Amino acid sequence: MTDTDIKYLLPEIPELHKIEVYEKEGGYEALQKALAMKPDDIIEEVKKSNLRGRGGACFPAGLKWSFMPKNSERPKYLCVNADEGEPGTFKDREILEHNPHALIEGTLIASYAMGVTTAYVYIRGEYVKWMKLLEDAIEEAYAKNYIGKNIAGSKYSVDIYVHRGAGAYICGEESSLMNSLEGERGYPRVKPPFPAQFGLWGCPTTINNVETLANVPVIIKNGAEWYLKIGVEKHPGTLLYGVSGHVNNPGVFELPTGVLLTDLIYKYAGGIRDDKKLKAVIPGGSSTPILRGDSIEGVRMDADSLIEAGSSIGTGGVIVMDEDTDIPKILERISRFYHHESCGQCTPCREGTGWMEKIIRRINRGEGTMKDIDVLRDVADNIEGNTICALGDAAAWPVQSAIRRFRGEFEAKIKMEKTVAA
Amino acid sequence: MLNETRREQLDKIIKRYPYKQAALLPALHLVQEQEGYITKEAMQYIADYLEIPYGHVLGVVTFYTMFYDKPMGRHHIQVCTNISCQLLGSETLVSHISKECGIKPGETSEDGTFTLSEVECLGSCGTAPMMQINDDYYENLTVEKVEAILKSLK
Repeated sequence: MTDTDIKYLLPEIPELHKIEVYEKEGGYEALQKALAMKPDDIIEEVKKSNLRGRGGACFPAGLKWSFMPKNSERPKYLCVNADEGEPGTFKDREILEHNPHALIEGTLIASYAMGVTTAYVYIRGEYVKWMKLLEDAIEEAYAKNYIGKNIAGSKYSVDIYVHRGAGAYICGEESSLMNSLEGERGYPRVKPPFPAQFGLWGCPTTINNVETLANVPVIIKNGAEWYLKIGVEKHPGTLLYGVSGHVNNPGVFELPTGVLLTDLIYKYAGGIRDDKKLKAVIPGGSSTPILRGDSIEGVRMDADSLIEAGSSIGTGGVIVMDEDTDIPKILERISRFYHHESCGQCTPCREGTGWMEKIIRRINRGEGTMKDIDVLRDVADNIEGNTICALGDAAAWPVQSAIRRFRGEFEAKIKMEKTVAA
Repeated sequence: MLNETRREQLDKIIKRYPYKQAALLPALHLVQEQEGYITKEAMQYIADYLEIPYGHVLGVVTFYTMFYDKPMGRHHIQVCTNISCQLLGSETLVSHISKECGIKPGETSEDGTFTLSEVECLGSCGTAPMMQINDDYYENLTVEKVEAILKSLK
């Protein structure tokens, strides 16, 4: 079996979403194993596995869990982040649809390891279908006593509830998610204090992405050493790559970390439509810096390789653009998105995202000047790093990278107008 | 305000959290499901029910795009126009629907059948372009498919 055949998140097993099928395939064995382990040993194993968060930041999951206080008199909480909203990202819904019990099992193991007694799955409001699928799976797991009082014959009790969001991208940010869950506007919180100290209702809380938690059962079942051999050692496991845009065969592909970006586009996603040339790629969701098509030879899809290439793995949502793509027009759409989704708390983001959208629109309408490009760059630079949460950075990176790598396209739009006017 | 079934549902939901206020988003979803949108009276009702200030409820309703404070069309057509959908022609779909239904994005048809909205990424980039009508996703769209869908709804 080669590396690329390993599929544990989305294996090709019919009806895997049903608990009987999941159990027949060895499901919930990892939970049984975990419940016989000491909680600290589970955290150690996950630390050893180098599992890194799949929500975009790649933070080591085991380390995050270890921040939770051991002897807390206050209740501890786990939030499952199913608020999938980063444009270009459509992977978590595949887990919710085809392998929800892997998420539930991972959530249970994580909860047990951290001494959590209630876990909330915060799911984006539009995912009505997937919310129902997950609720059905949770109900099945309650009926089999995997969730609830004294689960699977142990002394440990835990509840899992689904909480529906209401259409705000910002609620995918962990502190905003907690505020939203508390029935507040989705404003991010200033950190520190971090959620492990002061989270939901001021209690110790950990927030993990759906895909991150769905990785946990195989790690516990097969051990960290087995897991470390999949993909790249510093960022191991399989990833759900979502490829969209101008490709022949868009979709979600489960492959090890470190797969070649060119393989992802040409081998798995079937290459560019109508045999066109590749102009640009956004490799990890709309906030990750845009790459030139002629610069991706040898670039691998893992955290370190993409940083080296001048971008980020983000959520693994790869957006492919062919030679006819109008980059300033795409950037206008991206900037409109971040402007719309800015919560309005921090001035640089609230005002800056609006200005960026306005300036890019002006350039696209042929009303721009050469100075606009520098002003645009300046606004982006002044948002980055100056906001409470990462939405400001997410809004700045596409602008900075598009100007750096496609400056000519912006200049051409401005010059063209000058010629017409003359 | 809420009918008996939904009130029972809400009571059950409230028990999931240590504080009643956490049930605010679920409560607003229930109101909207029943009434179609959220009136000032409904906000007051929910505020009283959860023992929180009316102003807080109003603040939350206006923050989240999925809560409506005015009536919407029977079929709320929400076309994703974010990058992946934009790359595959969502603009054409919006202008086509606009023409077919006689409304611009953000408007509701006079007979109350359709509301058209341009929305942000709905997590269907691999099956772009796409739209959501009420709770349902319609993916891999073409102008022809959209036409057939609209016809079936009229």
